Amino acid sequence: MNEEYDAIVLGTGLKECILSGMLSVSGKKVLHIDRNKYYGGESASITPLEELFQRFNVESPGEKYGRGRDWNVDLIPKFLMANGQLVKLLIHTGVTRYLEFKSIEGSYVYKGGKIAKVPVDQKEALASDLMGMFEKRRFRNFLVYVQDFKEDDPKTWKDFDPSKSNMQALYDKFGLDKNTQDFTGHALALFRDDEYLNEPAANTIRRIKLYSDSLARYGKSPYLYPMYGLGELPQGFARLSAIYGGTYMLDKPIDEIVLGEGGKVVGVRSGDEVAKCKQIYCDPSYVPDRVRKKGKVIRCICILDHPVANTKDALSTQIIIPQKQVGRKSDIYVSLVSYTHQVAAKGWFVGMVSTTVESDQPENEIKPGLDLLEPIAQKFITISDYLEPIDNGIDSQIFISESYDATTHFETTCLDVLDIFKRGTGEDFDFSKIKHELGDEDQ
Amino acid sequence: MATTARSGGNASGSTAQRPNGTQQNKNCQFKLVLLGESAVGKSSLVLRFVKGQFHEYQESTIGAAFLTQTICIEDTVVKFEIWDTAGQERYHSLAPMYYRGAQAAIVVYDIQNQDSFQRAKTWVKELHKQASPNIVIALAGNKADLSNIRVVEYEEAKQYAEENGLLFMETSAKTGMNVNDIFLAIAKKLPKNDGAHNQGAPAGRRLNDNENNRQTNNCCK
Repeated sequence: MNEEYDAIVLGTGLKECILSGMLSVSGKKVLHIDRNKYYGGESASITPLEELFQRFNVESPGEKYGRGRDWNVDLIPKFLMANGQLVKLLIHTGVTRYLEFKSIEGSYVYKGGKIAKVPVDQKEALASDLMGMFEKRRFRNFLVYVQDFKEDDPKTWKDFDPSKSNMQALYDKFGLDKNTQDFTGHALALFRDDEYLNEPAANTIRRIKLYSDSLARYGKSPYLYPMYGLGELPQGFARLSAIYGGTYMLDKPIDEIVLGEGGKVVGVRSGDEVAKCKQIYCDPSYVPDRVRKKGKVIRCICILDHPVANTKDALSTQIIIPQKQVGRKSDIYVSLVSYTHQVAAKGWFVGMVSTTVESDQPENEIKPGLDLLEPIAQKFITISDYLEPIDNGIDSQIFISESYDATTHFETTCLDVLDIFKRGTGEDFDFSKIKHELGDEDQ
Repeated sequence: MATTARSGGNASGSTAQRPNGTQQNKNCQFKLVLLGESAVGKSSLVLRFVKGQFHEYQESTIGAAFLTQTICIEDTVVKFEIWDTAGQERYHSLAPMYYRGAQAAIVVYDIQNQDSFQRAKTWVKELHKQASPNIVIALAGNKADLSNIRVVEYEEAKQYAEENGLLFMETSAKTGMNVNDIFLAIAKKLPKNDGAHNQGAPAGRRLNDNENNRQTNNCCK
C-alpha cells in the first residue's frame, strides 16, 4: 500500500468501479480500496439470504426460502435501459463479456388503482385500455410525431420549436388529456415529478425516444437486468480496472484522508500505512464532512412466492405509479425480479418498492406499491439520505459521487460518473480508444 | 489424436474457422479460471497455450485477461473461455463473479515455492466452497524446467491431487512441457453430452453491438 498512485478510489459501488475502470484504461495508476470485504458497497447484491436477514436484524429464516446461497438480493433496485448510457459503457469497455442479461418481461403503469401495460407503439396505443377511443388516436399522432422527430432537422419539428417551447405546449398541440400526459411523462419519459412540463420539450422527446429505442432493441420491455443481480456490474468494471493495472484491496479500513497545502489531498491512511496520491474518487460514506443531505429515499425489499397480479405471470416487471395517481409529488416505483435471474431460490421472487420521501411517515407513502405485491412473505425497509458533494472537488482533488437516487434506471448514475470523470481529468472519456485496444483479446 | 487450432471465437463470429473437422462437429464452450499465488506463472501458462509464446519477464497481468482457445477431441470442438485473475488475487480481492459459472479451474503453484503450494491447497478449498459442485479442477506444478531446484516434491503433490480428485501435472510455460496436455486432460474430463453441464446455468444473453446476435452463450448448441 505504501506507494504513490495517480488516483485512489474509495468504495466499490457501481459509480466508483466505473470510474476506476475508466481511469485505469486512461493509463492512470489506480489503487481501489473498500472497507467492506465484498464488492459493491450500496450497489451490492447480498448473498446468501441469511446475510440479508442479519443485515436487517431479522431472525434467520432457516429453510423456509430454499437454499440461502441461491439468493442475490439487490439493496438498490434499478434496471438498465437497453439503449441507455450504461449499456453503451458496458459494450465499449468490453465489460459486457463478463455478464449475461435478461429482458424485463413487462413494463406497466398504474391508473385508478389498476395496472396497465405501457403502450409505446401505434398498435399498442390503439389496444391500450388506458385511453378512450379518441384519445387513443391523439396519442398515436403524438407517438408518430416523436418517432419522426429529428433534432437536427427542423422540418420534422412541424412548426414547433422544441428548444423554446415547453412540453406542456407540445401536449396541448396534440390535445392530450391529463391522464395521457401523466403516463407519457412518467412511464415513457421516466420523469419523477412534473417539473418537466415547464421545460423545453426537446429533453422529453429525447427520453421518449430512449424508451422506444430501448424497447426496439430486445423486445418485451426497454429494460435489462443482469443474471445474479446488479452486484455483478461493479465487479465487472472492477475487473476492467484490474486488467488495466488497477490494484484492489478489500476489507481495508480508511482512517484518514491526508491533506496537504491548500487543502489538497496527498494520500490516505489506513492504520500506520499511507498511500500517496494526486486525487481521490469516492462515495459519500468516506467523506461525511464533505457532503450534504439533499433528501431521503425509502426502499422496501419484499420476498414473494408469486408474480404480480394482472401481469400475465411475468417473472420480471416494472410498474410505475405516477405521483398524481396517488396524490404525491414524486412517483413510486415497483420492480420485480425472480429465480429466473438467479437472484432467488426456485419459485421465489424479489419485489422492491421505492420512492423519494415526502413526509415523516415514509412507510405509509409506499403503501400503494406494497398493495400491488401482496401477499408479501417478508419485508425489509431502508430509509437512506440522498447525499451530494458540497463542492466540485477541483480545489481538494477529492471527487465525490452522489448517492443513488430513486430513479428506476442507471441514466443519472452514468451522467454523474461521466461528469466526475470530466472534472477529475479535464477531458471527456474517450470510448473509441478502449474498444480498439481490447480488440485483440478475443483470439 | 487431438490437435489444437486457433479460431475466431464464436462470441465475435467474425474470423473464419480453420477446417479442422467435419461439419457435424459438436461445439462446446467452457469457462476456465486460473488460480494461484502471484508470480507462479498463471498468465504464462495461458499465453503458452493460447499463443504459443513465452516471455521470461512477463509483466504482472495487464491488458488481456480474457482469452479463448479451441481444441478438438474426436468429434467435439471444445472452446475454452479462459479467465485470468488480473492480479485481483493479490490482496484476496477476487470477485465472486470470477468463480461464477466456471466449469473448469487450473490451480497453479511454483515447484520452487512451498508457500505457493500451500496457497494452492487453499484455492482448491475455496473452489469446493464457492464454485459449482461439478467443476473440473487441475493442479499445475509450474516452472518444471527448474526441477533441479524444486522444493515441492512430485509425489507429494500427486498424492494430494489424488486425495482431492484433481487432475495433476507438472508444467513449464517456458518449455511448453505439459501445457497443451493439461488443457487437453481437462477437456477430456468435461462432460460434453448435450446440455449436461448447462444444468442450472442461466440462459441470459450477452449484450452486443450487433443487435441480431441474440446468442445465449450456451454450450453445445
